[in-house]
Amino acid sequence: MAVMAEPVVVPARRSSLWSRAFESRNFLGAMFMVPAIAILILFLAYPLALGLWLGMTDTKIGGVGRFIGFGNFVSLAKDSVFWLSVFNTIFYTVAASIVKFAIGLYLALLLNERLPFKSMVRAIVLLPFVVPTVLSAIAFWWIYDSQFSIISWVLLKAGLITRYIDFLGDPWNARWSVVAANIWRGVPFVAITLLAGLQTISPSLYEAANLDGATNLQRFRHITLPMLSPIIAVVMTFSVLMTFTDFQLIYTITRGGPINATHLMATLSFQRAITGGNLGEGAAISNAMIPFLVAAILLSFFGLQRSRWQQGGRD
Amino acid sequence: MSSVQIRDVRKSFGNFEVLHGVSIPIEDGQFVVLVGPSGCGKSTLLRMLAGLENITSGTISIGDRVVNNVQPKERDIAMVFQNYALYPHMTVGENMGFSMKLRGESSDEINKRVKRAAEILALSPLLDRYPRQLSGGQRQRVAMGRAIVRDPQVFLFDEPLSNLDAKLRVAMRTEIKELHQRLKTTTVYVTHDQIEAMTMADKIVVMHDGIVEQMGTPLELYDKPENQFVAGFIGSPSMNFLKGHVRVNGVAAFEGPNGVKLPLQNAPVASDGRPAVYGVRPEHFTIADDGAEAEIIVVEPTGSETQVFAKVGGEQVVAIFRERHQFNPGDKIRLKADPSLVHLFDEATGKRL
Repeated sequence: MAVMAEPVVVPARRSSLWSRAFESRNFLGAMFMVPAIAILILFLAYPLALGLWLGMTDTKIGGVGRFIGFGNFVSLAKDSVFWLSVFNTIFYTVAASIVKFAIGLYLALLLNERLPFKSMVRAIVLLPFVVPTVLSAIAFWWIYDSQFSIISWVLLKAGLITRYIDFLGDPWNARWSVVAANIWRGVPFVAITLLAGLQTISPSLYEAANLDGATNLQRFRHITLPMLSPIIAVVMTFSVLMTFTDFQLIYTITRGGPINATHLMATLSFQRAITGGNLGEGAAISNAMIPFLVAAILLSFFGLQRSRWQQGGRD
Repeated sequence: MSSVQIRDVRKSFGNFEVLHGVSIPIEDGQFVVLVGPSGCGKSTLLRMLAGLENITSGTISIGDRVVNNVQPKERDIAMVFQNYALYPHMTVGENMGFSMKLRGESSDEINKRVKRAAEILALSPLLDRYPRQLSGGQRQRVAMGRAIVRDPQVFLFDEPLSNLDAKLRVAMRTEIKELHQRLKTTTVYVTHDQIEAMTMADKIVVMHDGIVEQMGTPLELYDKPENQFVAGFIGSPSMNFLKGHVRVNGVAAFEGPNGVKLPLQNAPVASDGRPAVYGVRPEHFTIADDGAEAEIIVVEPTGSETQVFAKVGGEQVVAIFRERHQFNPGDKIRLKADPSLVHLFDEATGKRL
């Protein structure tokens, strides 16, 4: 036994600093994070910082700007076009998001039922999502054209209207038109994500509710909705952020017209910065979106905080 | 409380018939256990009783009312699911009171009933917790509480204990039986575990491949299984089966594998040379000098009893002894079955002879 107890002599390892570093968990962990951090800094943090800085300068294309503090914001505060774009953006986001949620939830509930050609219908629902945005925007542009609009043509043939509708020439027509295009494009995402959420609800809960005497509406109200609420929060936060920062649809269909009636903050920022050459002012408009986005994220953060029933046991 | 009549019920999924005409009478207040291996149709039958599956043909009545086309919620039944199906976003109290809330009863009345059910099940301190915060056994009790609050005509249980660990299962078994003795509500209980069936049931229905193999009290099934399937299914460890022939040369006997002679009390009429299956429960073997020679393979002591695996005529059998023998693998012993407790089955049909 005494022999067994004798310590084994390990020959001192002469390892280089390099190979020892690679055996350290901390060093290796840091090394593995470097690529991700580099990408985040290069493509996220740097542009954001640059944008924040530009917003405080009077930089024009081709020139070196100088620091003017909040000068851009002060002039924007007196700019009615800017305030119109703020109103448009909020209207666009709220109107489109509400309808996208309603239609998306309805479609998800429908697709969750047993229906014929289910997988085909699911694929069709996803179509608007896979068409490149600009292509679908051009299609909408034609649909809303003042002379060739298919909607006007159909309504005219049906005898419902007497002259072509000026979809993109009238401010409110134009606003509703771009909202409709955004809804068409955004519904699949909401529908498919909510469908995934619906499918995680155990069928036995519905059976139990059925035996407990719940009607269809009560089952929706007391089982589906509460069980789906965490996913609704995620989907709608995402949807609101994407709608608020939308650019492609507007820029392709209306370019912000008529008379800035559909200008969103994103399109106005592009117009002032790139088309107009005032990089500083454009950046300031972009920066003005930050408080709204932070508010949306905070709202969802508190909304997303796991409800008590989702948390584990206390004991 | 109500009686339940299941008459010639069939169920098909597409062209595939899973229940081939099942008839089960259930008396008011009875505790009936449907037992059988998985795929025998017992859960399907229970779900048909609940109204969660359509009835292809035949009738099911609860009380005097045929319920074939009655909605589940109007059948006045409560069901405990295998996975409990508790609403995760409701507290224990809300889970239990949900059905009453849907019926629009006053919150005072709901509270009263929930409290009473919680007292019966020792759930009172847990009423404000969510299902996630409960242990398996507690969730099981909440599921039962939800059923009790309803005060239904019939309780249905769909393998309610299969998600619990062995020790808790035994405890809950007793709890459910005690609950039934107290409430005396007609109960239909589905399980694949024959011990659960034996310990809890007033009446056991053994199902196999969509038909009822036998119905009766636990001891009837144990003492007089009608066929080889029931004989093998009821009892643990299972009954030993030895194939051979009946011999009636003066004394009735059974000639087992490799000519082993086994005792018979009396042979079925005109049966000399008839091929048959000899069935002996492990607990009915004794050691006797005139027994059949057996070679011990494995000895498994469990404390209260000892299971001995041995070869008789080349076939493996199990014997259980309550007394403590000094056995070792390889030992030769002589096993004898009490002829009055032996079962004989037709080799072709499996029917009891």
